[in-house]
Amino acid sequence: MISRLYGPKAWIVLACCAAVVFVVFPVLNLVVPEGNPLHVTAFGVTLGGKIMCYMIVAVAMDLVWGYAGILSLGHGLFFALGGYAFGMYLMRQIHADGQYHVDMPDFMVFLDWKSFPWHWTWSEHFLWAVFLVVAVPGLLAFVFGYFAFRSRVKGVYFSIITQALTYAAMLLFFRNATGFGGNNGFTDFKRILEVPITTPQMRMALFTITGATLIATLLLGRFLVTSKFGRVLAAIRDAEARVMSCGYDTLWYKLFVWVLSAVLCGIAGALYVPQVGIINPSEMSPANSIEIAIWTAVGGRGTLVGPIIGTGLVNGAKSVFTVAWPEYWLYVLGLIFILVTLFLPDGVVGLAKRWRKA
Amino acid sequence: MNRRIFVNALALSAALVMAPAAAWAEAKVVKVGVLHSLSGTMAISETALKDMALMTFDEINAKGGVMGYKIEAVVVDPASNWPLFAEKARQLITQDKVAVVFGCWTSVSRKSVLPVFEELNGLLFYPVQYEGEELSKNVFYTGAAPNQQAIPAVEYLMSKDGGGAKRFVLLGTDYVYPRTTNKILRAFLHSKGITDADIMEEYTPFGHSDYQTIIAKIKKFASEGKKTAVVSTINGDSNVPFYKELGNQGLKATDVPVVAFSVGEEELRGVDTKPLVGHLAAWNYFMSLKNPVNDAWKKEWAAYAKAKKLPTADKPLTNDPMEATYIGIHMWKQAVEKAKSFDTDKVIAAMAGQSFKAPDGFTIKMDEKNHHLHKPVFIGEVKADGQFNVVWKTPGPVRAQPWSPFIPGNDKKKDEPETAAPAKK
Amino acid sequence: MLRWMLIALLIALCAPGAARALDAATVGKLATGDGDERAAAVAALVASGDPRALEVLKALSDGEMQTAGNRVLIVKDDKAVDAASGEAVTPLPESRDDVIVNNRLRGELDRAKAGLRLMSHDREVRRAAVKELEGGADDDMRPLVKQALAAETDPDIRASLALVSAQLDLKSTDKAARIAAVKLLAGSSSSAVKTTLIPLADKAEPDAEVRAQAKEALKLIESRLARAQMVGLAFSGVSLGSILLLAALGLAITYGLMGVINMAHGELIMIGAYTTYVVQNLFRAHAPGAFDWYLAMAVPASFCVSALVGMALERSVIRWLYGRPLETLLATWGISLMLIQGVRTIFGAQNVQVENPAFMSGGIEILADVVLPYSRIVIIGFAAVVLLGMGLMLARTRLGLFVRGVTQNRAMAACVGVPTARVDTWAFGLGSGLAGLAGCALSQIGNVGPDLGQSYIIDSFMVVVLGGVGQLAGTVYAALGLGFANKLLEDWSGAVLAKIAVLVFIIVFIQKRPQGMFALKGRAVES
Repeated sequence: MISRLYGPKAWIVLACCAAVVFVVFPVLNLVVPEGNPLHVTAFGVTLGGKIMCYMIVAVAMDLVWGYAGILSLGHGLFFALGGYAFGMYLMRQIHADGQYHVDMPDFMVFLDWKSFPWHWTWSEHFLWAVFLVVAVPGLLAFVFGYFAFRSRVKGVYFSIITQALTYAAMLLFFRNATGFGGNNGFTDFKRILEVPITTPQMRMALFTITGATLIATLLLGRFLVTSKFGRVLAAIRDAEARVMSCGYDTLWYKLFVWVLSAVLCGIAGALYVPQVGIINPSEMSPANSIEIAIWTAVGGRGTLVGPIIGTGLVNGAKSVFTVAWPEYWLYVLGLIFILVTLFLPDGVVGLAKRWRKA
Repeated sequence: MNRRIFVNALALSAALVMAPAAAWAEAKVVKVGVLHSLSGTMAISETALKDMALMTFDEINAKGGVMGYKIEAVVVDPASNWPLFAEKARQLITQDKVAVVFGCWTSVSRKSVLPVFEELNGLLFYPVQYEGEELSKNVFYTGAAPNQQAIPAVEYLMSKDGGGAKRFVLLGTDYVYPRTTNKILRAFLHSKGITDADIMEEYTPFGHSDYQTIIAKIKKFASEGKKTAVVSTINGDSNVPFYKELGNQGLKATDVPVVAFSVGEEELRGVDTKPLVGHLAAWNYFMSLKNPVNDAWKKEWAAYAKAKKLPTADKPLTNDPMEATYIGIHMWKQAVEKAKSFDTDKVIAAMAGQSFKAPDGFTIKMDEKNHHLHKPVFIGEVKADGQFNVVWKTPGPVRAQPWSPFIPGNDKKKDEPETAAPAKK
Repeated sequence: MLRWMLIALLIALCAPGAARALDAATVGKLATGDGDERAAAVAALVASGDPRALEVLKALSDGEMQTAGNRVLIVKDDKAVDAASGEAVTPLPESRDDVIVNNRLRGELDRAKAGLRLMSHDREVRRAAVKELEGGADDDMRPLVKQALAAETDPDIRASLALVSAQLDLKSTDKAARIAAVKLLAGSSSSAVKTTLIPLADKAEPDAEVRAQAKEALKLIESRLARAQMVGLAFSGVSLGSILLLAALGLAITYGLMGVINMAHGELIMIGAYTTYVVQNLFRAHAPGAFDWYLAMAVPASFCVSALVGMALERSVIRWLYGRPLETLLATWGISLMLIQGVRTIFGAQNVQVENPAFMSGGIEILADVVLPYSRIVIIGFAAVVLLGMGLMLARTRLGLFVRGVTQNRAMAACVGVPTARVDTWAFGLGSGLAGLAGCALSQIGNVGPDLGQSYIIDSFMVVVLGGVGQLAGTVYAALGLGFANKLLEDWSGAVLAKIAVLVFIIVFIQKRPQGMFALKGRAVES
C-alpha cells in the first residue's frame, strides 16, 4: 500500500516536510532564544499554521474539482462552519472572563439574552464541539449535494448556486439575531480544554496538529484517488454520461467525495480559528471561496500536491504584497487568475512536469 | 606638489562636508504603525485617515520630530479583512517593532486586534466614534462614546428647538455599534417617559441599497399621531441610497427629522444634498466650524492633498475621525516627551491629562483615568452644499462614559482599565 | 396672539400704500435671538402687515440673510440690502456671518409664508400654500383660512381648503360643527388627516357621538391608506424588478450565447456608472447650462465604453478559454479584481458623486402618502425601452439572427457560414454594453464606487440562473418575480430574511428545474 501511494522519492520529500513541521519549527520557536536570527517568532508560527489550514482546504477542493470535476465556489462555507462550530466551544471556554464577567459570551449580553439559544446546547463540551465540526458541514453538504446531484445540476449552474448558498449563509450569520455574534463574530479566545491559548506551547501544539492533519489529508486523498474509487471518479470527471451508461450510480460517488471534502474543510476551519483568534461571517464571502479555487488552480489541479504548493505561493505573495505594495496586490492576484487559466491549465506542478520532460 | 596639496585639501573639505551629512543621515528614527484598510469596503472611509496620519507625521517631523526622533510610518493594508487586522497588528508590533499604532475603524477590526495589543503590551489609538462598552489599558479612544454623541442628539430632538419629537425610529445597520447604541437610547428614552409603543427599531444589512420599504414604514409610523424623529446609525455607503430615497419620497426634515451618527462631510460627498436640507448629524467636529485652528488645519490638509496628488485633492474635506487622528498623534507626541521614553507603560501613564488645542475650537483633554477624550458635541443641519450648519453645541467638552449608565450591570464597572489582567501565561 | 396680528394684517392689506420700514428690533431678533424669540419675531413680522415681511421671511429661508456687526442684511448676488429698511448698503461689508435657520424655525417660516400666500393672485402659489397647510394649520390662522375659503374660486383648491378648515373646526366647541368636520374629513386619504383625527377617537374625547364618527372616519381612511400602501409596494417591486432586469439582461445574453458566466459583469456595470460620472463632470465644466441633459449623452457613452471594454476582454482573454466555462469563470473573476483596483487607482477608493438632473429628483404623489420617485419611474421606462430594443434586435436584425443561431447550435451555425468568432465578440460587446446601461441607471439611485459591481453580481446571477437562457422572457419574468418576492417578504420579515429566503428559494427551484424557467429545448449535450 505504501508503494501504491507514493514512490520512494516522494516519501522522502514527505518525511522531510514532516520533519520541518514536527522538529525544525518547534526547535526554532521554543528552544532557540528570541534574539537569535534563526528564531521563528510567534507571528511566524501562527502564519504558518494559518497557511497549513488553507492547504488542507485546497487539497479538499482538489478532490472535488481536480478529481471529480465539480467546481464549488462555496467551499469557504464549510470552512467557516467548522470554524464557527469550534468557535462556540472557544467562546464557552472564556467562562466569565469576558467584558461583563458573566458566564455568557459578550455579544449575548449586549443583545440582552438571558439564556443560550437552542443551537448552543452542549457547546461547553469539547467532544460535542468536535462532533459538530464534522457533522454540520457534512450534513449540509450531504443535503445540498444529494438534491443537486440527483437533479443533475452541473457545471456553471452548480458553481453559481454554491455561490448563492455561501452568500445566503453569510447574510444569515451577519444577523445579530441569529446568535453567532453577527458582524463581530467570535473573538478574544482564552482557553482550550482549560489550557490557556496564547502560550507558545499551545501555539506550537496547534501548529503541529495542523501539520499532522495536513499530512493525513494528503495521504487520505492519495489513497482514495489511487484506488478503484478514484478511477471511477476520474471517469466521472471526464465523461459522466458514459460512466452512467456503464451502470455506475454516479450520484453516490460524487456525493461521497463532496461530503468528505466538506468535512475536511470543516476540520481545517476548526484548526484555523484558535490560531487566528477570530471568526466572522466574511469568511463565508463569495470572494474567499473563489480564492480557494485559484490556490488549487495555481498549484495544479488533480495532483493533490499541487494545491498545497499553490496555496503557499499565493498566500506568500499576499503577505509580501500587502506590506510592500498594497495598492498593487489586487492587480497581481487578478493577473494570477488570468495567466494561470490561460497559460498554466495544469498549474505549477504541470509546469514542473513539462520541464522535467523537456 | 601643488596638485597634491590641492587634492588633499579637496578630499579634506569633502570629508568635512560629508561628515555632518552622514551624521544627519544617521539621525534617530522611531517607527510608528498605521493600520487602516486601503482596499475593500472600508477603504472609502479609512484611506483619508491614513493620509491624515501621514500628514501629521510630516508636520511633526518638520518641527524636529518626537524627542528629536524622526517619525517613520509603517503603513500596512489589512484590506477590510478582520483576521488580517490581527495578523498585521502582530506584525507591526513584533516584526517592525513600532512604538505605537494608529488605526482601525470598525468595532470588529478593533475587537480583533485588541487581544494582540493586550498580549504584546502594544499601544493603539482608535479615532472613530463607537458604542463604548470597552476600556482597555492598551488603547486610547479618541472618538466619541455614546454619551458624547447619541444622547445629546436625542435630547436635542426632544427639545423644542429640535422639533419636540415624541416618537422615535431607531434605524441602523445590523452590527454591534447600532445595536448597542440603540439599546442605550431605548433605555434613555424610557427614562424620559417614552414607551416602547413609540419606539420602532429596524435593521438593514451592510451594503443595503433599496430603502423604499423602510421609508414607507417610517411614513406609516410617523402618521400615528405624535411628532416623529429618526435616529439613524446606518453605516457607510448605505447612507447614500437612504438619503436619496428620503429626498425623492419627499420626507422633509421639518416633518420627520433624521439625525445620523455616521454621516459626515465625506459621506455626503456622493449625494445631492438639496432635498436633505435640515436633516441632522451629531459629531464632535464639523468642517464648517469657524475658528483659527480649524482654518489653519484645513489649509494644511488642502495643501497636503494637492502636493501628494491625492484623488480627493480637488475637493478636500476634513471630518471628525480625521480630527481625532490628528489629536491622537499630537497627544502621543506630547506624552512621549513628558515621559521622555517610548516605552508603552510610561507613555500610557503620561497620556493622562494631556491637552491639545483642537480644530473643533476647544482645548481637548485626555481624561486622567478612562482613556477617552473630553469632547464637545455639535449638532449640525445639512446645508444645500453638503456642509453642516451648527445649530446647537455643548458649552464645553463633555466627559466620556465608556460604560453607559443605561445598560444594566454597568454600575459595577470601574471608570478605568482593569489593572489585574487575567493570567495569560 | 397670532389672531390679533392677523386681524391687523387684514386691515393693513386693505390699506394700500402703508409701506413703512420694518421694526429693526424685530428683524434683529429674527436674526440673532434664541428659538422662542425668533418664532415670536416671525409672528410679529406676519402681523406687521408690511408687504416686505414676506420678502424678508423668504430671504431668511433661502439663506440670503446675513449679519454684519449689528446690521441685518439681505445679500443677493453680491448686492446687500438692509433687511429692516430695504435700502441698499454699499459697499458690501467684508466680514459677514450667515444667519442660520434650524428645523423648528424653518417649519414656522413655511407655515407663515403659506399663510401669507393664501390670498395671492397666482393659482399655483395658492395651491402650494394650501398643500403646505395640509399637515394642520395653526389655530390662529382660522380667520385667514375662512376668508380664503370664501374667496376661492378654483374648485380643487377650494376642496383642499375645506379640508384644512375642517381640521381647524375639529377643535371647535360646537358639537355639530365637529361632527360636520369629521364627516368631511372622512373623505380624505391623507395620513396627516389621520393624525389629527386620532385624538378625537380617543377616550379623552367627551362626546360619544363625535367619538363614534371619528372612529368610522378613521377606519375609512386607514383602509384607503392600506390600499395606497399596496400600490406603493407594487411599485417598489416593479422598480426593483426593473433594476434587476437591467443588470441581468447583458449577462443572460452572453451566458446564453457562449455558456460563459462573466464574473466581471458587475465591473462592467461599474464602468458604465463611472462613465456617467465622467460625462457629468464634463458637462459641469464645459456646459453647465445644459447640465440637466447630461444623461442624454451619458447613456450612449456608458453603452459604448462598457461594450468596448467587454469586446477587448473577449478578444484578449475569453476567446482562448472557449469550451472551458469553469476556467472562464475564474479568469473573468481575475479581470474583475483588476478592474476594481484600476478604478480605485484612477478615481480613488471613495465613492464619487453623481448628481441627478432636475427632472429625476423628487417624486409624484399619486395617492396620499404614496410618492413615486421620478428617478425610479424613469428607470422603469428605461428598462422597458432597453428590453424592447433588445427584443427587436434579436428578432429582426442579422446580428440577432446569428446570435440566436449560435445559441441554439454553434456547430451547425458555423457549418452554414455564420462567423461564430465575430458573433461572439459582437454579442459579448452587446452584453457588456447593456451592463453599461445598467450602470448608468444605477448611478442615479445608488452609490457609485469601486465596489458597485459586487453588490449586483449575485443578484444578476440569480436572475439568469432562475430565468434560464431559452428566451428573453425568462430573464424578464425572473427579474420581476424576484423583485416582487423580495419586496413582499421585506415588508413582512425585514430585508435580510427576505434576501435569504429568496436565495434559498432559487437554490431549491434549481433542483427542480436545473436549467431554469425557460430552458433550451432539445437534447442538452454536456459541455
